Amino acid sequence: MRYLPLTDSDRQDMLGAIGAPSVDALFRDVPDSVHLSAPVDLPSHQGELEVERALTAMAAENVAAGSVPFFLGAGAYRHHVPASVDHLIQRGEFLTSYTPYQPEVSQGTLQYLFEFQTQVALITGMDVANASMYDGATSCAEAALMARRVTRRPDVVLSGGLHPHYTETTETLLKFLDSKIEVMPPDIEGDEDVIARIGDGTACVIVQYPDMFGRVRDLQPIADACHEAGALLVVAMSEIVALGALRAPGDLGADIVAAEGRSLGNPLNFGGPYVGLFATREKYVRQMPGRLAGETEDVDGKRGWVLTLSTREQHIRREKATSNICTNSGLCALAFTIHLSLLGEEGFRRLAALNHAKTVSLADSLAKAGLEIVNDTFFNELTLRLGSPAAPLVDRLAADGILAGVPMSRLLPGNDDFANLLLVSATETVTDEDIERLCAALKEAV
Amino acid sequence: METGPTETHTGNRGLRMEEPLIFEQDAPGRTGVDLPEPPPVQSRLGGLERKDAIGLPGLSEPQVVRHYTRLSQKNYAIDTGFYPLGSCTMKHNPRLNEKMARLPGFADLHPMQPESTVQGALKLIDTLAHWIKTLTGMPAVAMSPAAGAHGELCGLMAARAALEARGDARKRVLVPDSAHGTNPATAAICGYSVESIPLTDRGRVDLNALKAALDGDVAAFMLTNPNTCGLFEDEILEQAEVVHDAGAFFYCDGANFNAIVGRVRPGDLGIDCMHLNLHKTFSTPHGGGGPGSGPVVLSEALAPYAPLPWVVYVDGGFELIEHAGDAPGAAPYGRMKAFHGQMGMFVRALAYMTSHGADGLRQASSDAVLNANYLLAQLSDVFSLPYDGPCMHEVLFDDGFLKGTDVTTLDFAKAMIDEGFHPMTMYFPLVVHGALLMEPTETESRESLDQFIDAMRNLAARAKAGDAAAFHNAPMHTPRRRLDETAAARRPVLRWRPDSVQGEAAE
Repeated sequence: MRYLPLTDSDRQDMLGAIGAPSVDALFRDVPDSVHLSAPVDLPSHQGELEVERALTAMAAENVAAGSVPFFLGAGAYRHHVPASVDHLIQRGEFLTSYTPYQPEVSQGTLQYLFEFQTQVALITGMDVANASMYDGATSCAEAALMARRVTRRPDVVLSGGLHPHYTETTETLLKFLDSKIEVMPPDIEGDEDVIARIGDGTACVIVQYPDMFGRVRDLQPIADACHEAGALLVVAMSEIVALGALRAPGDLGADIVAAEGRSLGNPLNFGGPYVGLFATREKYVRQMPGRLAGETEDVDGKRGWVLTLSTREQHIRREKATSNICTNSGLCALAFTIHLSLLGEEGFRRLAALNHAKTVSLADSLAKAGLEIVNDTFFNELTLRLGSPAAPLVDRLAADGILAGVPMSRLLPGNDDFANLLLVSATETVTDEDIERLCAALKEAV
Repeated sequence: METGPTETHTGNRGLRMEEPLIFEQDAPGRTGVDLPEPPPVQSRLGGLERKDAIGLPGLSEPQVVRHYTRLSQKNYAIDTGFYPLGSCTMKHNPRLNEKMARLPGFADLHPMQPESTVQGALKLIDTLAHWIKTLTGMPAVAMSPAAGAHGELCGLMAARAALEARGDARKRVLVPDSAHGTNPATAAICGYSVESIPLTDRGRVDLNALKAALDGDVAAFMLTNPNTCGLFEDEILEQAEVVHDAGAFFYCDGANFNAIVGRVRPGDLGIDCMHLNLHKTFSTPHGGGGPGSGPVVLSEALAPYAPLPWVVYVDGGFELIEHAGDAPGAAPYGRMKAFHGQMGMFVRALAYMTSHGADGLRQASSDAVLNANYLLAQLSDVFSLPYDGPCMHEVLFDDGFLKGTDVTTLDFAKAMIDEGFHPMTMYFPLVVHGALLMEPTETESRESLDQFIDAMRNLAARAKAGDAAAFHNAPMHTPRRRLDETAAARRPVLRWRPDSVQGEAAE
């Protein structure tokens, strides 16, 4: 077996050194009744060629997003990732290292985490950011927990513009913690009054920016109302590229920003792994979940980095920790930070401008084709109201080689009001020809 | 202050480069991408256009490539050396797995594509689930948890949901003294109080103490097996019996499944749920701290409460169950994350499993246990062993052998770094003093182990010979020497700021 260096003669010699008659004897603490005497009922080992052939065949049964006109968003947006990103994250010193608990031999990981934290703080307009969470939805859920700790209040108000999966993930994490979770109805028209729901027990209001329908709205009035009432404003984001064009949540009064960062550096990956971004105000840092890299000096007075404030974490605090999280999304955070380093100020803003321009072009073309767009403001995502259910139409277009968008019924099932809604997104990867094909196909279908 | 023969004008030392932050390499207007000029459009951003500068630095591609390459060279990694970090399972990460995960047919798939366009991806998840269920002897698996701790949460939430469904609210979770910190942290998020169960002088859970703690108020017992002392819990069948007799669920932390995969099926041990760390047992890379993947196997009693979404095979095709209403008879307790699971890790794990096969996986656990026992045999005359072997995949020593030397476990670890090894896990588990937990894994050669053993014996001899100062000064040969963690925590500097505001921020 190519991954196992021991030879049979090594094994015999080593057993001799141990003084054991066989490897089975080393398992003597396993009760006989449960110790298997032969391999389980699964296929035997295979060479690289055979494994590659089988997995490549499975991959070939899928339609890769890049092979067709592609307009899906709904929390996962397709972007071009520069070639150097994937090359660099595959360096073995990044790929095959552990959490940087030994700082003297982990300065590479610690420095990029420090740079990552700075970048996340800068684009969100917040003071500090952690070294990442699992994904945007788990960041959002952890933000609710953190708001409860900061305010010492139990309850949470979730806007109807929050991605339903973020809502469900947050409800799940709070499920057993005596929290009243108020989930506002889906806010299709953008007229919900979340401020009216803030009460004495409210730890935080969670709104999405842009919201799940694609709409952009000013958050400052909500932030003001939250602060007036002693609650925090959590701003969830599923498309971080928007911050190249939009005002930062920190500039609009956010106390915590919980965002999906996958758009930068990472492929769509059928839903995982993704990378949760988490940023907050300096004054709340000790209530923050997740790993943090911090600056310090070594005994020679040279600048270096360590994991810090770990007294918040489970391996020290156990049941009193701020979160049960152990791993973060280190390598995905690395991809994010490399991509953003390549973009820089100019590239990040231009990427966002390209996304917006592409979606404006899509919106204009759709309108010209006679389709109704629900939201009048947007960054790179639109909600369409069709004349018939969206799901069967999407399936039909998929059969014709167009991945047209996400039917709202997939996120919000069992409600006739949503059945005709279709979410479409256009990023820099969409061509004018793709837009023409989508508009023609939708026009013909409806 | 910086004197001595190794100092150079640049601060670089041969192949070892000093590397400033990206923010210190900024030149306004420079970029590492060539994006087209956006066409002028009427903004639809609702008056929320960003006007201010963000402050991101501008670097070209060659600068970025050099920056991260230099940073990478400051890291220790499995690819560069022996990494015996106990309980973390730093084994070789096959590159075939990386190649497979990057096939566009897996990596370039959107999670909400029509099911007709992702049949191969759903088949892969289903196939991996079959391997996991077969290897663990369990009837069901929840695939979506993103990491081991996330899997713990999933398992314990399923247990609580099942208890609530039968109208049997309970308040406490029992956790052995030797447990990973995630176990009590997870129990707290599930709304439970935590009670510790002591170990016996054999390093196993004290069955009598467990029995005494169990009553109608205990929701679950969380056990790691093999445990964090590197020992198989030889009374696990009895533990399962008393836990179930009390009406509680038996949670197994599967962090150490790599010791027994192919030899013991946890389902035969009477457990109700167990998470698997695909990044431990099944070789997906640790990536400097994630991403992980933590599928959770579930018993018949807990399977109905598994979180959304999951894959089913119906009428010749695969489907995703994404909503509670789509699954008659099931009562999912919720959703763990935005989408289906760590697909990229699933591909890697399945590539690893099918490469090894049933025979190879059994050989892998056998070799892992053999390697650990070889370390035990070759070191136990100079290191102090709190619990007799045989051990499983890792061997636990305490700091008794350093008594009177003025060398601590931490000093010893830092001296190992100078000898070219990553330290073992230190000060964990908490049940022994100054713990040194070594896990060689099956992917180390005998030559590699022999070199390590020789170095460890030499270091122990030096410590005992009174060379404490050398240990206190270690490491000497790293990009940075010992770092001041106390100062870092007392006045946290968690981000870069321009010089002009750095002073204000530090006040």
